[in-house]
Amino acid sequence: MGELGTDGAPVDAAAIGAVAAPSGPNGSATIEVVDLAKSFGDLQAVRGVSFSVAAGETFGFLGPNGAGKSTTISMLCTLLRPSSGVARVAGHDVATHQGEVRKHIGLVFQDTTLDDYLTAEENLRFHAELYGIPHEQAAPRLRAVMEMVGLWERRGGLVRTFSGGMKRRLEIARGLLHSPRVLFLDEPTVGLDPQTRSHIWGYINELRRREAITMFLTTHYMDEAEHCDRIAIIDEGRIVVIDTPEALKASVGRDRVRLRTADDEGAIAALRDRFGLEASMSEGEVTFYVAAGEQFVPRLFAELGVAISSVSIARPTLDDVFMTYTGRTIRDAEASASERNAASVWMRAARR
Amino acid sequence: MTEVVLGEKKVPHRAAPAAVRVAGGTVRDDLRAVRVVWKRELIRFGRNRMRIVTSLVQPILFLFVLGTGLSAMLSRGVPVAGHVNFRTFIFPGVVAMTILFTSIFSAVSIVWDREFGFLREMLVAPVRRGALVAGKCAGGATVATIQATIMLALAGLVGIPYNPVLLLSLFGMMLLAAFAITAFGTALASRMAQVESFQVVMQFVVLPLFFLSGALFALRNLPGWLTVLTKLDPMTYVVDPMRRTVFEYVPAPPAVRHVFDVPVSWGSWVVPIGLELALVAVFGIAMLAVAISNFAKTD
Repeated sequence: MGELGTDGAPVDAAAIGAVAAPSGPNGSATIEVVDLAKSFGDLQAVRGVSFSVAAGETFGFLGPNGAGKSTTISMLCTLLRPSSGVARVAGHDVATHQGEVRKHIGLVFQDTTLDDYLTAEENLRFHAELYGIPHEQAAPRLRAVMEMVGLWERRGGLVRTFSGGMKRRLEIARGLLHSPRVLFLDEPTVGLDPQTRSHIWGYINELRRREAITMFLTTHYMDEAEHCDRIAIIDEGRIVVIDTPEALKASVGRDRVRLRTADDEGAIAALRDRFGLEASMSEGEVTFYVAAGEQFVPRLFAELGVAISSVSIARPTLDDVFMTYTGRTIRDAEASASERNAASVWMRAARR
Repeated sequence: MTEVVLGEKKVPHRAAPAAVRVAGGTVRDDLRAVRVVWKRELIRFGRNRMRIVTSLVQPILFLFVLGTGLSAMLSRGVPVAGHVNFRTFIFPGVVAMTILFTSIFSAVSIVWDREFGFLREMLVAPVRRGALVAGKCAGGATVATIQATIMLALAGLVGIPYNPVLLLSLFGMMLLAAFAITAFGTALASRMAQVESFQVVMQFVVLPLFFLSGALFALRNLPGWLTVLTKLDPMTYVVDPMRRTVFEYVPAPPAVRHVFDVPVSWGSWVVPIGLELALVAVFGIAMLAVAISNFAKTD
């Protein structure tokens, strides 16, 4: 799915911006971002990001909490005004043509934005009225999106009686109700149990198949990022790298080896001196990358000179990609991000 | 867009839902938005029966407990003509109180909307912020007027006749007051980030507005500082026209009128009812403008 332009990407004439699309001759950029930045006082939440998303593409922003993902999405959704830089969504500038942008985007936020005291159907009706959907189109469309997320039977239920997963599905249905060109999903599965998470991804993937919609999503779950056509890894307000999940994993090229040893310091020193490998401590284990890990392990036991209590070898995952490009795991990055108190950025964004 | 034909690899199992058109920017769209925001307030109000009942407890206590108690205490100094007594006097004040508390509560529910995220659903919609604020104010005003109308139905118990002209006049004033106070509350809510601020608003804004309005006592023979404060209170110009209108229809001897029917004056000039209502209207419109401009800002 990486090169949409070559396999018959949907071309929506109105969506073609003035800027040439990045992904191929037939592609058209639905989201164009150039040097976008946002500061809150001294805190630089987003420090100049540039990327573009082709029509029909599913684009993921992957990074730890506090990396600037939510701030970026809030700017693209016109909820925050950029401090500098330009962003165009569905062909309209988010700073100067907010109304046009809002017409063409659907949103699913990480925390619920439903009215608990209304029924599922009333929440969607409210949305249809607010978006000025013609009456004769509203009813069939409402039914279609509710059936898609499997909530049509529950349409008369008050939202406050719904589980977290049902609420998220209802939000996805609502985000699609007005046929947006771009669906923004900010941490669509955060706070849900693994089974519900996989259901939500089932709906999102079906959506990609059925409606040629552009999706922009943020996540800090590595496994979820693999559902995307392309991923931007964001850390401390900057984009570190953008590519397809496959290409990113291939770029790491090496297997990840984790060791538990009797003497971690000694092991790291020995790896450097005897094998020329840079190892580091990550989540309590000595971690390093090496090509053809299985063949390396016998040598390791023979020559390391430090007692090894366990070894694990893994093919590169997006976790490793993050590690390779930022020098730390996403969990370690989150720990330092919370020190920067970047959570308050999202709080401020959310309050608006 | 669903109407776009995709390559073979994307053939859907079922027909995709038909894409819909999003209107936007026209006056008709904004009116639809006003209407649906208004309707949501009414649905929520109708679903919360406990709120309807509980918010009537306080005015009824004021009217029948405080009113009866003070009436008994005052009965030596104050002439009583039939059912016309202190309760009759405070009745318009208690109706105004119902409007004040219900309107502020409705308006401040925006802070809950913010806390629970629903405000964002509204703020990202392609409608003018003014339409959202207007819908919210219309909803709050309607709810407050309904509550006040329930109180108005008790008029006969305090010696006020069910005269259609009187009731209609009072109804009109209630509607105006409910709109103005909801707009005021919305302007306050536009600057409130936390639910906890609600208590602050109650203590520092709502209660002073109520006590200074002359709802419970005549604004006469007061010390200078209190006189000034009462004349600055917009609620004063809500209570006074209602009370003067009530006393136009209450059969009471001059001695009773002398105590109870005391219109608000600036210096020695009695402020006409029309001017009082105009002040309330201007206040409401100004607050609406403040609320709209606050909500139109983007960080």
